[in-house]
Amino acid sequence: MDIRGTFPILERMVYGKELVYLDNAATSQKPASVLELEDRMYREFNANIHRAVHLLSGESTDLYEAGREAVRAFINAPSRENVIFTSGTTNSINLLATCFTERYIRKGDKVIVSQAEHHSNIVPWQIALGKVGASLEVIPVDDRGELRMDIFYRMLDQHVKLVSVAHVSNVLGIVNPVEEIVAAAHSRNIPVALDGAQGIVHSKVDVQAIDCEFYSFSGHKIYTPTGIGILYGKKEYLDEMPPYMGGGDMIDKVTFEKTTYAPLPLKYEAGTQNYVAAACFAPALAYASDARVDERIVPYMMEKLQQIEGLHLYGVPENLERKVPVFSFTVDGTHPSDIAQILDKLGFALRSGHVCAEPLMHRLGVPGILRASFAPYNTFEDCEKFIKALGRVLDMLK
Amino acid sequence: MSIKEIEQEIIDEFALFTDWMEKYEYLIELGKNLPLIDEAQKKEENLIEGCQSRVWLSCSLEDGKLVFKADSDAIITKGIISLLVRVYSNQKPEDILSSDFGFIETIGLKENLSPTRANGLVSMIAKIRDYATANCA
Repeated sequence: MDIRGTFPILERMVYGKELVYLDNAATSQKPASVLELEDRMYREFNANIHRAVHLLSGESTDLYEAGREAVRAFINAPSRENVIFTSGTTNSINLLATCFTERYIRKGDKVIVSQAEHHSNIVPWQIALGKVGASLEVIPVDDRGELRMDIFYRMLDQHVKLVSVAHVSNVLGIVNPVEEIVAAAHSRNIPVALDGAQGIVHSKVDVQAIDCEFYSFSGHKIYTPTGIGILYGKKEYLDEMPPYMGGGDMIDKVTFEKTTYAPLPLKYEAGTQNYVAAACFAPALAYASDARVDERIVPYMMEKLQQIEGLHLYGVPENLERKVPVFSFTVDGTHPSDIAQILDKLGFALRSGHVCAEPLMHRLGVPGILRASFAPYNTFEDCEKFIKALGRVLDMLK
Repeated sequence: MSIKEIEQEIIDEFALFTDWMEKYEYLIELGKNLPLIDEAQKKEENLIEGCQSRVWLSCSLEDGKLVFKADSDAIITKGIISLLVRVYSNQKPEDILSSDFGFIETIGLKENLSPTRANGLVSMIAKIRDYATANCA
């Protein structure tokens, strides 16, 4: 299969050079199959879902639910009731923080997160917990970027009502030991929520095997259009938590005296959903099921980056099998934004700055990092070209 | 020299470059040569915080002219700052206010002035104008 040909945007030139897109941890590019469905939805099947008896609405609803079924199968959720459409990971975690806190958390309680969280798995909890007088507890990371599991075990006490951690850190690119976290938490009857924004892209996610209570992710990082995401939840929790937003489609019966809510999953899907992007989960996940990042990339990048004088690589697990192709680093005597700006002019798109993980930047003792993140449509040649270009840029700056 | 004359001098210098790499090499040189702001001046009130890089700007009034000193933790930002200092330092406040800061666009560095870049440069220009406004006779 011509992988690059499947992604029309990769034909693009930037500043007269071939685009090498290495900002995949921020968002993925879209395969032609996704772009075609999105286009067809608006040309042929566009009508609001779950509402009308007319043909277009029926077709649109079928495609929306086919998108949900694709997600259910991809993560091996027991039923469609466990798969809630949201607008993205941030929205999923905000929903969870609001509804879980309202139902289960009281003054003096705690929620455990890690030092390596994206702001989206910190701030929603601060907002929700602050309202009830509860607080966050933080699992530190060691110098390799691995969670200090010894400290985590000691943190689990009767005040902890939830553990909410990233499956894979967006900076460190390390797959956290989620099975071990879940087992430890469950032994104290504490539920676990996973931020899967990066994990869904690089790990095989089987929510029943992991046995987590919640798993959040965005569509756009796994090849759908933007504006759609998923909150997977175990049914007993989704049933017990209050709804997040009120509005159309989430109701059963409405009177001014009392309203009853729709059954799962619609209880959490108020208002017109992004049914076009939701439908695109079907072709996007069909692509994701077959696509793998070239397995030579992780060992090559780890080796070549660490050979560069003055370069500090963040996220170096003992076992390379737990490293995904997300590489964050700094180079002594240079600023990440300088490197990123010059690389941009050479055709390389990558990310610089605090990448939405300021507490982790504080832990690493840097104001920001440079991040190169790979997808299945990146070739091994991209990776060789990148190392060469980085060397050239560092020569300029030093 | 007047603001206009210095701007033209910079525009002429940049016209010699044929590609981006040359432009950046020059900016890096400028950045390295920029006289550092006194460490004492790198204080909170002179700091312009950006998401990507940080900029410090201090200003004093000498013989009716504003003297700017600036620094950044990123070298390209520092190179651009040195151009701004070259143009606007030692100028009268009213001359600064009548300038449109357009030469940055002419030399092809407009993208660095986009507010979404958050590299502190947009705020730096606003601050230069603020100092000029405050010191206008």
